[in-house]
Amino acid sequence: MPRFASFRTRAGFTIQVGLLLVIALVLAGLVLTARENILGQGMATGFGFLDRSTGWPVNVSVIELSARSSYARVLLAGLLNTLVVGALALVLATLLGTVLGLMRVSGNLILEIIGTTYVEIFRNVPMILQAFFWYAVFTHLPSPRQAITFADAVVLSNRGLVLPAPEFSATDLGVLALAALAGVAARVLAARRGLRAGRWLALGWLVLAAVLLWAGRAPGVPMLSVPELQGLRIAGGLTLKPEFSALLVGLSLFGAAYIGEIVRGGLLSVEPGKLEAGRALGLTPGQVNRFIRLPLALRAMLPALSNQYIWLMKATTVGIAIGYPDFFAVVSTAINQSGQTLELLAILMLGFLAVNYTLGFALNRLNERLKLKGRS
Amino acid sequence: MDIAAPPKESLAAWAHRRLFSTWFDRIVTLVFGAGVAWVLWQVLGWAFLGAVWSAPNSDACAGASGACWAVIEARGRLILFGLYPAEEHWRSALACLAVMLTMGLSCWPLFWHVKRLAALWVAGFGLFLVLMRGGVAGLAPVTAEQWGGLSLTLFIFCGVVVAGMPMAVGLALARRSKLPVVRGCAGGLIDVVRSLPLLTLLFTAAVVVPLMVPGWLQGDKLVRVVLAYALFFACYQAEILRAGLQSVHDGQGEAAAALGLSPAQRVFLIELPQAFRNTLPSTINQVVITFKETSIVTIIGFFEVMASGNAALGSGDWGRAFIEVYVFLGLVYFVFVFGLSRYGAWLEARMRRGQRH
Repeated sequence: MPRFASFRTRAGFTIQVGLLLVIALVLAGLVLTARENILGQGMATGFGFLDRSTGWPVNVSVIELSARSSYARVLLAGLLNTLVVGALALVLATLLGTVLGLMRVSGNLILEIIGTTYVEIFRNVPMILQAFFWYAVFTHLPSPRQAITFADAVVLSNRGLVLPAPEFSATDLGVLALAALAGVAARVLAARRGLRAGRWLALGWLVLAAVLLWAGRAPGVPMLSVPELQGLRIAGGLTLKPEFSALLVGLSLFGAAYIGEIVRGGLLSVEPGKLEAGRALGLTPGQVNRFIRLPLALRAMLPALSNQYIWLMKATTVGIAIGYPDFFAVVSTAINQSGQTLELLAILMLGFLAVNYTLGFALNRLNERLKLKGRS
Repeated sequence: MDIAAPPKESLAAWAHRRLFSTWFDRIVTLVFGAGVAWVLWQVLGWAFLGAVWSAPNSDACAGASGACWAVIEARGRLILFGLYPAEEHWRSALACLAVMLTMGLSCWPLFWHVKRLAALWVAGFGLFLVLMRGGVAGLAPVTAEQWGGLSLTLFIFCGVVVAGMPMAVGLALARRSKLPVVRGCAGGLIDVVRSLPLLTLLFTAAVVVPLMVPGWLQGDKLVRVVLAYALFFACYQAEILRAGLQSVHDGQGEAAAALGLSPAQRVFLIELPQAFRNTLPSTINQVVITFKETSIVTIIGFFEVMASGNAALGSGDWGRAFIEVYVFLGLVYFVFVFGLSRYGAWLEARMRRGQRH
């Protein structure tokens, strides 16, 4: 085994065994001291606390929670909160970042100035300051009575942002999911047989599902729940709390500045010769962009984008500063309340490792799939 | 063979090409140009024309159409110096200047030498500590719990970079070691730390370490947090340096060996200086990120400039002037971060000039 050849030299052997010994001793020392301290303070150890009820409320959650929920459920809610805000911010930041990147390479001076100014402002101010700023903006909005409304459907007040939401029962969702599945299957089957109608088949399934939903609805039940003022509060619709909205806006705007730079770099990395070759073959400028520039730029961007997405997931932890119960915030409260420091810390680190390794793995696979084969 | 330079474009032709070359361009320029002008006018009106610059209390701002900069006049000292004793603020200000001067001087190529850089930082940082802590030369002692504001931000930033850089060198060398156990341990540590949020690491250092370490080893909370942040910085910087070491040509090391240099001399005199030089842009970028992220320590209870800004809003009646305070804080960060990144761009240009010859 040539890899372990260095084990054979005496110095190398001594150093490596010594290092392992030191690490083992330090770890043992840490654990023993912790054990002594914890037992000395009369605190419990082990993971039994996960089944106990927490006794404290969590103000934002995508799953049903109460003060009687178990620690396990509250931790899960925190993890889901992190994933939801991270995933949404990722999508919004990518959209805005793409626009910014395109503006900065557009060739139009005004667009370039706007893009550059945006990037320099949002990139050079800490994320947490931006989160505080947007949180202050959201909490200083007028009360629901004087709420700002857009097109009678979106309501913005100091209680948060209320959007119209579809009112779907479980059956409705089932019908939609089935239609989507059938649509995907139709596309795949059509593509296998070399038919080009796959897209229309998929669309057909969705339209059919929509008609079914419409026809099968009990009369008088609206398809959309639209927010409206009732007394001192706003009823109906989907409420995004100020904490959530502020974190989402902050993360998206901050992430967009970085993604804009990545998109710009990717677009500039495409050799001009390839674009000229496309034009020489008679492609229109639009076709050159679509079939040559974007695919090549996307490949160049993907590794940097992966890092940025993982960074965005980690940045959700600033949510604790403005009261958004993300994974870190929930774990930190749980440590305060239960005293199970080491167990909860392990859960926290494993949670983040799992999320980031999964995301990194998925993006690496995508990168492998898309990478140009052979020499580039 | 000489190639004639292309004819120089006139300013008018340049403006035409960049603003009005196609129909689409013309529409975009007019619409967005009008938008930019409107926004600029609004910002000008808010920040300057309608602003209240000085007022005894926040009531004077209620009727104003523009910014209430009076809050900075009233609370500026709290934002910049935190809880530092009021009659000693000059010391905090001097300490900031000392460390800023040190940072500025180490950007100057004249000081790019290990001994000079070390002497500069020992002097600058030493002066900072003497001024901040006091207890010597007739200065009243001030404990670290009272440190705050900009000087605490600068202390954390400098402490992290100064402590983190040697750690990064160690980790990068360990990760390239021929010994599989050393390589594996360094690699594992770097990968795990890099996939954790900074906040979890700082939280561990502040809250969990006291539980796991015997009392005589715990040290001050501030020192623990700076060291944990330094480890975080080192793990990112180590990967940058590793890339730099990989980019040094094998022939360099072989030439050094042929000249009879010891392996340590080879690493420290031949390979590392080139690795640092090759990775200067990424290193500066990492330092810039480190400066911005010092604001995270506000969450674990330190009173640096972000936290003192929030405190300025919370105390008394200035809560409505939150935009002004956050804009001011943003400007403070912007000056440092933008300055550092411009410096990085200058360095990059300087290096490219060096390569051409």
